[in-house]
Amino acid sequence: MTNVISLEHLRKTYGNVVAVDDVSFEVEQGEIFALLGPNGAGKTTTVECLQGLRHPDSGSIRVLGLEPRDPGLRGRLGSQLQESALPERIKVWEALDLFASFGARGGDWRSLLEDWGLADKATGFFSSLSGGQRQRLFIALALVTSPEIVFLDEMTAGLDPAARRTAWHLIQKVRDSGVTVVLVTHFMDEAEHLCDRIAVINQGRVAALGSPQHLIANYAPEIRVSFDYAGNDVDWLERTPDVISAVKRGQRMEVLGSDAVIVRVAAALAERGLAPVDFRVQQPSLEDVFLRITGAPE
Amino acid sequence: MTTLRKLSWVELKLFVRDPFTLIFTFAFPFFVLFILASVFGNQLENEEDVRVWRGVGPTDYYVPAYVGLVFASIGLLALPLRLAGYRERGVLRRFRASSLPIWSILGSQLIVGALMAVVGALSITIAARIAFGTFWPRHLPELLIAFLLSFLTFGTIGTLLGAVLPNSRAAQSAGLILFFVMFMISGSGPPRETFGDTMRTLGEVLPLTHVILVLQDPWLGYGWAATSALVTAGFLIGSALLSVRFFKWE
Repeated sequence: MTNVISLEHLRKTYGNVVAVDDVSFEVEQGEIFALLGPNGAGKTTTVECLQGLRHPDSGSIRVLGLEPRDPGLRGRLGSQLQESALPERIKVWEALDLFASFGARGGDWRSLLEDWGLADKATGFFSSLSGGQRQRLFIALALVTSPEIVFLDEMTAGLDPAARRTAWHLIQKVRDSGVTVVLVTHFMDEAEHLCDRIAVINQGRVAALGSPQHLIANYAPEIRVSFDYAGNDVDWLERTPDVISAVKRGQRMEVLGSDAVIVRVAAALAERGLAPVDFRVQQPSLEDVFLRITGAPE
Repeated sequence: MTTLRKLSWVELKLFVRDPFTLIFTFAFPFFVLFILASVFGNQLENEEDVRVWRGVGPTDYYVPAYVGLVFASIGLLALPLRLAGYRERGVLRRFRASSLPIWSILGSQLIVGALMAVVGALSITIAARIAFGTFWPRHLPELLIAFLLSFLTFGTIGTLLGAVLPNSRAAQSAGLILFFVMFMISGSGPPRETFGDTMRTLGEVLPLTHVILVLQDPWLGYGWAATSALVTAGFLIGSALLSVRFFKWE
């Protein structure tokens, strides 16, 4: 695996505000890499520095082996930015045709129109597009030069659930063609489903880094089992192996435990002839990791 | 080069799709020319008229002035509005993320502006000729240089305004004020010979006054307005330097 992005000790302040304190990571070719974090954590500033839109106060950045803003990067990076727009009266196909000319390799914008559901809007003005259509156009524009790295900042903001799934599917296809994708998001499901590796950014620093499974295993490994105990004596569950805690909440018993807890609890209940209704298992998710790392109340 | 060509082509279409700039670049100068031509006619009655209208009929006097006004409209309204609006809306940021060099963005604006200036100048000249029998420009080679100098001056003034004005609202207000002040006291409204000292002096500091003189002199057959050409060049260089100094992407 080769690194297409390497970032060392990035720091960026705006006046007295430290936007990025100290961020380092590397992105490998062909992976979907996400920057995940709460609002104001420094995610956007970090990718803006990578794209040469901002000058860091200190730190070193290499993108495809070059400095950001190196003319050699022209057309090799695709980008979808937060807070950007197009002229009101540019037509969808004109925007794609124009942005395709920014790269040396050009690109087939007609297939992007189809992929991103914009074919019937091709001759419409930008001003006539809905929020979701605009968003899809921006993603298409990011891809139109057939870039080697694509930066997508809040890619699915403003998309409905079906369009989000489609977007994920298309981004996976883009990655499968060898393109590296750097994603900024605060959607947990997006990061968990789509990404190979995630850097959790909190207060301008990398708080955790790894695959979603790795992060879950390291930061929030507990499985939650709950069921309706219907007045039966279940206090003995606390002493069952692999159980960390067992607490009654109203009519429900909530058991927290490590890996094998599901089988342990189920077997122990069956042994005592109990078959509680509404037996539920909740696997740990990235959200648990996120809340634990960012210190938000559970 | 493909990028510059594509960008200019798109910008040209955007220019044509924008009623505000279209009206001020094409309709307004025509409109005023036709009103003034019907008020003043194209005949000189006495010695005083000869002085006021620089020795030619009023309508002949106004044709080069309105060519200047077309340039002013492009430089004071169309260009700043576009550039400031692009900055405000994040279009410049988007272009920058695509590593688009600044010269191709400004270049495409100037190419489209120049094209519109040529179309505006030709249509004013031809329309006035057909409607009022005005004469063709008399010193063509000098006029071409004057044309280039005048357009580039308003082009860079437009770039400067687009660089310093924060958003399209500011660009539109500032542009309209500058446009109408210049229109009234630069010789494209009432002739400057009818002004008192204060108005004349005020006119001296405005670029349109000098641009009109630079265009009028060869047009009316008086050779070359050297002083005004120098002042115009001063505006050109000054605004170019300030644009470079103050241009912001976002």
